[in-house]
Parts: sequence; structure tokens; C-alpha cells
Amino acid sequence: RCSYCNNKCSYCNFNKYIPRSDNQDVMLECLQRETETLLKLSQVSRITSVFFGGGTPSLARPSTIAAVLQTVTRHAGLSEEAEVTLEVNPTPVGSSKLEDFLHAGVNRFSIGVQVRLRVLGRDHNSQHALQTVAEARRLCPGRVSVDVMFGRPGQSVASWELELDELLSVCDDHVSLYQLTLERGTQLFRQVQKGQLSVPSDDITAVMYDSARRILQKRGYLQYEVSNFARNGAISQHNMSYWKASQYLGVGPGAHGRFVPRGEGDVCREARTQTLEPDVWLREVQQRSHGTRRRIPLTHLGLLEEVLVMGLRLIDGITHQHWQLFSPRADLYQILSSSSEVQDLQQTGLLILDDRGLRCSWQGLALLDSMLPTLLLLLEAYITQGLDNNSDSLQL
Amino acid sequence: MGEARTQFFTTPATAGNSSSLSPGSISETADYGLYLAPFFLNTHLPSAHGSSSCLSIIMSIRSPHSCRAFIRHIVCRTRTNGLSPIPNFGSIAQFTIPAISGLSILTKCGLLCIFVSGSMLVHYHIHTHGSHKYSSHCLVFTGAIATTDKNKQVLDKLQVERERGITVKAQTASLFYKYQGQTYLLNLIDTPGHVDFSYEVSRSISACQGVLLIVDANQGIQAQTVANFYLAFEAQLTIIPVINKIDLKNADPERVEKQIEKVFDIPTEECIRISAKLGTNVEQVLQEVVKRLPPPTFKKEDPFKALVFDSNFDHYRGVVANIALFGGYLSKGDRIISAYLGKSYEVNELGLLRPDEHPTDRLYAGQVGYVIAGMKEVKEAQIGDTLYHQKHLVEAFPGFKPAKAMVFAGMYPMDQSDYSALRSAVEKLTLNDSSVTVQRDSSLALGAGWRLGFLGLLHMEVFNQRLEQEYNASVIVTAPTVPYKAILSSAKLIKEHGKEEITIVNPAQFPDRSVVKEYLEPMVMGTIITPDDYIGKIMSICLNRRAVQKNMVYIDDHRVMMKYLFPLNEIVVDFYDLLKSMSSGYASFDYEDAGYQAAHVIKMDILLNGKPVEELTTIVHKDRAYSAGKAMCERLQDAIPRQMFEIAVQAAIGSKVIARETIKAYKKNVLAKCYGGDITRKMKLLKKQAEGKKKMRYVGTVQVPKDAFINVLKRKDK
Repeated sequence: RCSYCNNKCSYCNFNKYIPRSDNQDVMLECLQRETETLLKLSQVSRITSVFFGGGTPSLARPSTIAAVLQTVTRHAGLSEEAEVTLEVNPTPVGSSKLEDFLHAGVNRFSIGVQVRLRVLGRDHNSQHALQTVAEARRLCPGRVSVDVMFGRPGQSVASWELELDELLSVCDDHVSLYQLTLERGTQLFRQVQKGQLSVPSDDITAVMYDSARRILQKRGYLQYEVSNFARNGAISQHNMSYWKASQYLGVGPGAHGRFVPRGEGDVCREARTQTLEPDVWLREVQQRSHGTRRRIPLTHLGLLEEVLVMGLRLIDGITHQHWQLFSPRADLYQILSSSSEVQDLQQTGLLILDDRGLRCSWQGLALLDSMLPTLLLLLEAYITQGLDNNSDSLQL
Repeated sequence: MGEARTQFFTTPATAGNSSSLSPGSISETADYGLYLAPFFLNTHLPSAHGSSSCLSIIMSIRSPHSCRAFIRHIVCRTRTNGLSPIPNFGSIAQFTIPAISGLSILTKCGLLCIFVSGSMLVHYHIHTHGSHKYSSHCLVFTGAIATTDKNKQVLDKLQVERERGITVKAQTASLFYKYQGQTYLLNLIDTPGHVDFSYEVSRSISACQGVLLIVDANQGIQAQTVANFYLAFEAQLTIIPVINKIDLKNADPERVEKQIEKVFDIPTEECIRISAKLGTNVEQVLQEVVKRLPPPTFKKEDPFKALVFDSNFDHYRGVVANIALFGGYLSKGDRIISAYLGKSYEVNELGLLRPDEHPTDRLYAGQVGYVIAGMKEVKEAQIGDTLYHQKHLVEAFPGFKPAKAMVFAGMYPMDQSDYSALRSAVEKLTLNDSSVTVQRDSSLALGAGWRLGFLGLLHMEVFNQRLEQEYNASVIVTAPTVPYKAILSSAKLIKEHGKEEITIVNPAQFPDRSVVKEYLEPMVMGTIITPDDYIGKIMSICLNRRAVQKNMVYIDDHRVMMKYLFPLNEIVVDFYDLLKSMSSGYASFDYEDAGYQAAHVIKMDILLNGKPVEELTTIVHKDRAYSAGKAMCERLQDAIPRQMFEIAVQAAIGSKVIARETIKAYKKNVLAKCYGGDITRKMKLLKKQAEGKKKMRYVGTVQVPKDAFINVLKRKDK
């Protein structure tokens, strides 16, 4: 994950880093170095997916992408069918470089398209966006994801439905559906605070989300996660690994990773964060080959909590087999089924616990965040009361 | 200090007794506030022994501002015209024996009660003007207090007193005044003036012979003035009306004199116009006090008998009781008995208050001072109680009754982990205020706490404020309720309670209609004084509050005094604020206890999805049930966050629902994106929510955050 952006969007609170042409070489060298360090530390033998994201990495030189991928191949295996995604900002410059990125090894594009974005201060208009999508589809047919966003200031349910319909007619097989969230510290947040702009109410955005899910389904996009939809089985393997609580390395300023640093002899998975500020990160990588700022060992409970929280975002939820990988002794029935609250959730048809596993119903998925605190408390109670004593269990 | 503690006056040998007064440092008193109300005064009386006489004023000081200027002025006068026999009282170092050796103490003393009235004490929003400044001025005039810029409010020690301009704890000061060759010892007792404390005031008054009725020249008679006037009038005291603040631009003393004539039937020429700030005519007041008050009848030859008019708790010395002697004398080492509890104590220390403690060997009839006698709790020295010698039983003062709580409220720590700290704070405060009743209580939503009983709303506010300011305690205070009574009809219940009439403090214990002959609610007689422009509006809110008009008179061309009989329940929460806001602050309000009256009161439950919420049960009048229920439902609707299912918020009487609001279910709350970089933040948020969930109160399946209860139960912010 790299942080590149040539503008600051009014809704974005990402790590902003506007690259200068003179430090691209240094950046490349550091990305390679950190990749190498972390690959060695994890002792991973095969990388199944790579995602260049965070900001707009399409502003990077294609040669940079190629060099990083080469580093991966040199120090760990990068399988033939590995998914290599690049996040693309739909600018005229971006679309012209897509072919070079393809040659550099990218085989999937994720495009942050948004039409009528003037109010949000983006520098591209819908024309560029559509051109970028078309070019990406030409290069990687069936492997292009398009981000769509609802809940923008001034948007109504009807205008959203119309807009989504138009967008879907140019989309490829993957759609990510996001609600605009007001983040503190952004220009948009201030404008809404001051009453200069107003965003749709919670009731309205609930209807927007629901109608988007129906429209997408009608158009053949199956929802597989809270905000991700795929046609023809084009689900994102990389993102899937987050929701399945797999291990991943985070490289670059502000990147997050979760893996067992076996190179240090550890068996415990760590949540790692790389230094946020690009300049500081560069210096750190130059000095000690990595810019890891924070390492938090995940406890057995902490890991299970992540498995639960992330897994329930999937339409298929958490299967018993999957849960058992992390919790060989305490199964989902033992942990949850005796709780009256869980029984209530099951009775009201929001949550399903059956022989397949634990998952949300269609209706329940939209209310997941309200159910999670209850489930987390039950999990915590079960684990900390010593009902489960496999704390030295397998940690992947 | 050591030097200053010398004996500084003795009675002439002819008086037969020696009395000693040892002044302590009085220049240290700078930060007190003075607040005058009943002013006890040992009036001038030709001594039976032919010696010089001493006047002892017990001044009850109530309002923090006006006394100061008054006192300061008196001191200035003292210096310039040589009135004072005690030169330069400004500092204790100069407070020496030769200056006062000619003094003697009268054994027969009268007491003067100076009432502060008018603007100063109006319900629980107190606007003080006038009286404080006045008594401060008195003190300075006679030299008891150093005239520094620091003595802004001489007698009000507590932060809450200075802020609100009220007196919560009585303060006492003794001083001297020389008039026509006689020197008088003036004892000033500062007692609370608000109606909540009228019992204390009435106790003080019962020992007095006169009052100063101080009225603001700008504002005229206020509701409080009327209440205080009647307390004094019923006790048959001489009343000297004093019109203060005549220096103000809008002062209209003539109009105020006419109001006084009309309302109190006191001839206008008896009023004294003063400016405590400038000192105008202040001295005349003291002269009039000496001239007009009837002679006292106490004799030091009588058996010792003293009235307890206040008590304080000191961590090192135990209870310090302030007493006024009505007969005999009290010496160190004497054994005394308190009439109410019948307990006996040995006097360890006693002395005068100037206003600091000045230990002496004896206190004589007519004097006011303090006594420390090994009492462990203030409950042992209750206001209004009588003290007498173990050897010599006397008849106790009439009218003593233990404090009666009129307003109740739940009090809980903001966080349960603060429970023990809060308990100790409440204990410490009640050590100094025996009129607060404390009952342990617990609420499913708010945890362990107390149900506290107060004399009135001001008393409650003051208590809470002191808790927060002096003990740094953060508390949740529920909306105040009043004690109802029920006349039981069920023989079984009567037997159980051992009586037919029971008092209900907690709505949860409200007995069912079927076992009750009649419910009674507490009533108060309210006095409202307002410019006549607001009559219509005020009458309509009074009507809404089930009040019955008893009287209405014009006290001048455009001011009206109205009397209404109110159910106490209708005024405990927001009546005064409403009255003030609708009259642009001009109307004043005061009330007094008017007993109980039969009322059709009912118990109202609040239901969440059909499940009753115990802590929200309230007792309401039948006619007010609908509006009260609706208001409660609306507040809950705002306070309870939306949940995954619809919530019906209902108010019900028995099984009948009288009001309903609906909290709609939300349909979506999932954060729409969560990838590798979002996990840490997301987990943190969810864990916090899970922790918060542990603190939720569940009513059925409905989660109610503690905040919601606080918002609904606590008093609305003013």
C-alpha cells in the first residue's frame, strides 16, 4: 500500500502525500526494502494477492509497481494466478498509463468513480471517469472494480437510483458500494457542521443502501460482503483475505499488516502499523530497513474477535470449519446459543446460527454493527471465564 | 492573638458578677458575608443596679451585600465623631482593656430581630440587595470588623452563600454601640431568611423583641418581605421598617413607604430611609433600635436557660452550638442538658462571637455566644432546642419541632465507583445540617444512592451545590417530589403500619386506591407580588397549576399582591422560573406551608414496550396525568437511541395507556467499508460499544443508556 494523491478530496482523511518527481526513486528503493524485510520476517513462502492502494497509487510510475512485484517474486513466491490490484483515480493522466501498469504486472483495476462530484472537490468529471472505466475494462476484462458512493450532499433516493443505474451500465463485474461518511477534520465535515451543506438522514441512507442492494442484485451483482458485489464470480481475493482473517503484510507509509513474525521466532500474530508520515517512513526504512511504528500482539481473544467481526461482514458469514481453524475447542454454538439475546436476534430473523455456521440475514447485514457488541461480549465472557482453555491454539 | 485574648471588660462590682470577654482576632474576618435577618438586641435598659447598661444585639444577617457598606460606614462615623467608646476597632491590636473598661453588662436584655426582606430572598433564585450591606455596616460602625477591602461579605462564609447571596448557616457577631452615654453590647445573629428555613427563623424570632424590616427602595415590597413580616408580626415583635438603597437612581422611597403603610399598616413616618452603601442614616437605625424596642426581661438570677439557634460541626471540637441566653448564666465546666434528647453534657468551652470565637469564662442572660460541650452530632444540638442546667430544670421553649422534609429527591453518584466518596461527602454535609433526611435508595438505572428530604427547593439546591463545590462530588439529582399522605381503609394495612395515615415519599410505595380511603397532598400558600401588567398571564399559569386564588390587593398604583393556595407538587420543579420569565423578572414569589388537602392523585407508570420502568413511576394529580405523561414520553423518546426494533414509550395509569410516543427502529447502521487498514479502528469502536452495553439498563429488551434516565429524571436546567 502506498500513499499517492495529487489532490485533496474534501471527504478524504487519508494519509495525504503529494509526490514530488525527485523522490520517486527513493520511494521505490524504500518500498522494495521494506517489502523484502517484512517478507523475510514473516517467512511467508507464497503471496496470493497484492493490492496497491491507499490514496491514488496510479500516480506512481509503472516501473515502481513492476519493481515492487519483482521484489515479491524474488523473496517469496508470487503465484501465477495471484490477484494484483491497482487503485486508480479516474484522471486523464491515469487512464493513459493503465496499459503500462498492465505490463508492469497489474491484473485488476479498482476505480474510484464518481460522477457529479463537483461538490466534493474532485478534479475529474464524469467523462474522465467513464473513459477510465472503459480503458480498464479493455485491458482487464472482467477484472475491474468500480467504487460507487451514496449519501452525498443533496442526493435523494430517486437521484441515487437513477445514478446507480447509469453507472452500472458502464461497470465491469465488480462494484464496491460506499456510503459517504463524514470524517472529522475534512472540509466536508466542516461545511456540514456549519450548515452550508446537508447530507441525507440515516433513514434516507438506509433506503439508499437497501435500494442499491436490490438494483445490484437485479443486474446480476451478488452481494458477498457488506459493501461488495460481484458478477460472474469476480470477487476480490485480496479483500476476501481481510474478512477471512488471513495474514497480510502492510508495506508503505501508514500501511497496516497482520501476521506472525516467524523470523523472530514468534508464534503470535501481530497487528502492525507502518509509520504514517512519508518522509519519516522513508528515513526509517533507510536506517533500519522497515518503518514499522507499532506492533501489538493479538491475544487469542483478540484474534477471535477479529475473526468474528470481519467474518460476519460476509454474506456467507463464518462457517464452523473456518471458526475451528482459530478456535478448535470452543465452537460457535457453545459460545452463543445459550444467550437469550442471540435467541432474540435469531427469532427476529436478523442472525442465523445453523449447521453451516453463523451469518447475518439479508436484513440483518444492514444492522450488523448493532449485533456485534452483543456477540463480542458473549465471546469475551466465554473465553475469559476459562470455559475455553485452548489459548495456545493454532494461530494462523 | 495571645495578647488580644486578655480579658477586656468586667461588670462593675455592683453588678455582682464578673464577666469576661476575650476578643480574638477580628481582622481575620474579612471574607465573611453578612446577611441580615433577625437582629436580636439587648436593649438599653436602666440598670437595676444603677450602673451603665449594655445593649446586646443579636443580628441575624442574611443578604451578603448591604451589610458591609453599613458596617463600614458606622466605623467611619465612629472615628470621626467619637461616638464609639472603643477607639479604632479596626484591628484587634487596638482593642484593649482601657478602651472598654467602663462597660457593664445588663442582666436584663431584650432581643431585637432585624429582618431583611425585600429583594433578598426570593424563592431559590436569590437576588440580594440591601440587608447584607446593612448589617456589615452595623458591624463596622461599632468596630467589630476591620475596614479593609476584603470584608466584602462579612458573615457568609460558604462559597454557595457568597454566590447566591443567601445565608445558609447562621453566623453570629457581637458588637458594641454607645448611645447617650450608655454602651450596648449588640449581638448579631445571622439566620437563613428563605422560607425553607422559616422554622429556624421563627425560633430566632421567638426570642426577639423587634425586627428591622429592610425593603429595597427600588424594588419595593417583595413576596419574601411579606412572609418575613408575618413571621415577626405573629411573634408580636416591634417592627422598624428600613428602606435601603435610597442612593439608587430609580429609588422611590415614597412609593415604598406607601406600600408598607398599605400592606403592613405601619405609618410612613416610622420608616427610616437609608443607604447602606453610603452610610446615610445608618446610625439613626441603631438609635431607633435602642429607642423603640421594649426592655428585655431576662435575669441572670434566674435559672440558666438558652435557646439553640444554630449548630456547626467542627472536626476537631465536635458540635459548636450557638445559643442565646434567656436566663441565668453559663460557666465553663457546668453540666447542661438538652431538652429534646435529654442528654447531659459538660461545657468545655464557651464564648462570644465577634464574629470569630472569643472564649470567655461565662455567658450571661441576654448574651449570645457559642458553647462546646462534647456533642458528637449536630442532631444533638437541634435548632430551637432548649439547654438548661442539670441541677435546675426549666420549661423548654415552645414550638420546638424536629425538621420536617417537604421536598424529596433521589441522589446518585455519577459513577458507582464514586459511591463511597459521595457517601462520606453526604455524611459530612449532614453533620452540619441536621434538617436533611437521608434514606438509602437504589435504582436499577442509577445504582445505589439516597433519597434525601429537604426543607424546600432552595435547601435542596444549596445542599447539592455545597456537595459539588465543597466535596467536588459529581452527582445525579432526580426531579424533586413531595410527600403525599394516604388515609388507609384496609384494616390489614392499618395494622401493618400501626396507623391509619401514612406518608409516601417514594412513588414505588404508593398504596393502591382500593386500600385507601383518601389521598392527601401537601399545600402551600403562595404570595406573588407583580406589576399589574402581568396579572393575566400569571393568573392563567396559576390556574394551570391547580392553584386557588385566595386574595388579591393593589399595594400601590400598579403593583398587585396575590395569594394563591398551591399544591406543593405544582411548584417544586419549574414554577418560579416560569413566573420570572413571563414577568420579565419583576414578579416575586414566596410560599409557606399550608398543610395537607385531599386530592385525587394517582400513580402513573412509564412503559417501554409494555414493561414498566420502576424509576420513572410518578404520582400525579388526575387532571395533570395526561400532560405529565405526554411530557415524560416525549423526553424519553428524545433520550433513548433508536434500536433494531420499534419501541413504544407509554404512560399508563393502571392498565390504561394515556400517552404514547414511538421510537422507530433503525434500518441500517453498518459502516459501509472495512478493509485491512480499518480493522484496528473498527475493533476499538466496537469494543467501546460493547463496554457501554454493559452499563446499559435493560427494560425488557430495550437498552436504555444511563444518560437517558439522567435526562428524564434530573431537573431541567434553568
